[in-house]
Amino acid sequence: MLLIIEQLLNGLQLGITLFLMSAGLTLVFGIMQIINLAHGSFYMIGAYVAATVAAYTGSFFLAMIAGVTAAAATGCIVEMLVLRHLYKREHLDQVLATFGLIMFFNELVRIVWGRQPLFMNVPDGLTASIELLPGLPYPTYRLAVIGIGFLVAVFLWLMFTKTRIGMQIRAGSTNREMVGALGVNINLLYTLVFGLGTLLAGLAGVMAGPILAVEPGMGESILILTFVVIVIGGIGSIRGAVAGALLVGMVDTLGRAFLPSILRTVLSTATADSVAASLSSMAIYILMAAILVWKPRGLFPAHG
Amino acid sequence: MNRKQITLWCGAIILILLPPFALQTGSPYLLSLGSRILIYALAAVSLDLLLGYGAMISLGHAAFVGVGAYTVGILHFHSSAAEPVLTWPFLFTGSDNGLLVLPLAALTAAFAALIIGALCLRTIGMHFIMITLAFAQMLYYFFISLEKYGGDDGLSLAARNSLPGLDLGQGSHFYYLCLAALFLFLFFAHKLVNSRFGLIIRGAGNNDRRIKGLGIHSYRYKLTTFVIAGGSAGLAGALLANQTEFVSPGLMHWTLSGELMVMVLLGGLGTLFGPVLGAAVFLLLEETLAMYTEHWMIYMGPFLVLTVIFAKHGLFGFLSGDKEKNG
Repeated sequence: MLLIIEQLLNGLQLGITLFLMSAGLTLVFGIMQIINLAHGSFYMIGAYVAATVAAYTGSFFLAMIAGVTAAAATGCIVEMLVLRHLYKREHLDQVLATFGLIMFFNELVRIVWGRQPLFMNVPDGLTASIELLPGLPYPTYRLAVIGIGFLVAVFLWLMFTKTRIGMQIRAGSTNREMVGALGVNINLLYTLVFGLGTLLAGLAGVMAGPILAVEPGMGESILILTFVVIVIGGIGSIRGAVAGALLVGMVDTLGRAFLPSILRTVLSTATADSVAASLSSMAIYILMAAILVWKPRGLFPAHG
Repeated sequence: MNRKQITLWCGAIILILLPPFALQTGSPYLLSLGSRILIYALAAVSLDLLLGYGAMISLGHAAFVGVGAYTVGILHFHSSAAEPVLTWPFLFTGSDNGLLVLPLAALTAAFAALIIGALCLRTIGMHFIMITLAFAQMLYYFFISLEKYGGDDGLSLAARNSLPGLDLGQGSHFYYLCLAALFLFLFFAHKLVNSRFGLIIRGAGNNDRRIKGLGIHSYRYKLTTFVIAGGSAGLAGALLANQTEFVSPGLMHWTLSGELMVMVLLGGLGTLFGPVLGAAVFLLLEETLAMYTEHWMIYMGPFLVLTVIFAKHGLFGFLSGDKEKNG
């Protein structure tokens, strides 16, 4: 029972990271109708910058600020230099250009930081574990990640529903010409939204730093998971991103944790382990296929 | 002859004369590079059927290349271990016979494309891009978890497949096999896109709703195209496995899907012959850049971005003076 709670928390933590990634990506798609494969690169940039700053200053807080700022700044520059030319183009052009961006950023990271993965320490005050229930210690850092994720989700919700800029963003996703005609600086709005998306990706990267190895190409593995989340949740919908992220986080974590022991009750140990290994790495894709057969536009389609 | 035909004939003659030239100048390296270009070209042309004609933006085409390659690898593995692949429901042994293995690789990939396509084609647009990508990754992780066939490290082949009358171990024989496969597929694809079937696919690519309004069940046509493209990508994968004598899950990685897409766009979307040129340019560029720096991707990335932003008709459109898409 305690093991199940622990794995549920782990699933929640993966889900939160995925939510930060997919919120940004789904926002960018919902408003600009652009597919951005390079979203994972901003996650990677956030993690690398944070790991470097943390190594020099020893302060996780500074590292976090630096990582998030770097990701958001790179995002704004990329939007102005490249993506702005692609809004009216077909999806195919967007896929290819952002694919080129991935190649560029991965190689840039290799040149600047080398091929060896970097490691980041867990921030000082959060190294310990808290005993959530008697006999269930859980790392404080992971709890902090979950907490920050919730704060961000609440913040996004408030921003979208209660503020002027949130209103403009929502309006922009419905009819961009009309919003422009009403005197909103659409170019600036787009750059800001894109920057916000990459900021969230950078934040996800910073927080993943102490948990995973910081290495070139780390953006792609999370990017694919993010795509699964968005397809499940429905493209362009924040609500869908929340649901999809939690679902994918849980299924992936619980599958890896419990499939071997479940299968061992039916199959011999060796067969069970190999079947469980392939099944658990494929579980989220199977889930996605099932959901698409049932609802081709995802669980919470944004429009209509 | 117009400019387009001249371009085509020149290309064909260069490809046919490459082996004697390589032999004369004593550079067998050219042959293996040439074979690789032909194989990637085959995969890129098959992807062009989807991208350029059906407007089905598949970001998972490498999956079928990988399935084809693994068919060769697994059959070879079982044939050298003298252990049947299947004992139930019927006995099926491993094999190195190209006459059996190569068509089987294409069929297996086509079957995979049938299942994946049937699910993916329920969606359109952005969803389609992401779900094809996700299925390719699923197969990628599946093959990584197959410990028996090398898992992450992949499988090495002791020798290439055998074909009667040919010695595939010899560079020139293998090159001509790839060339024949590419020419046959180009011929077939050219006939296909100019037939009634091709008209429907192009129509569905331009405006699916209108095609449906004409009472045509476009889903079946799209699925058939997806299966044809998947099968020929599988053949390319089988040839690639023979060329490198090595199979690994890396073949299914989505970067390969991306590279195939780049080749199609670089050469010219919806031109069939363009992707051949695109594959040649991409691989030659990669080779050349890699000679000067191990960080060749730092140049390739921005090059791609600029190509997308500025070159709309691809290289083939430039050479043949043909500005029409689908021409």
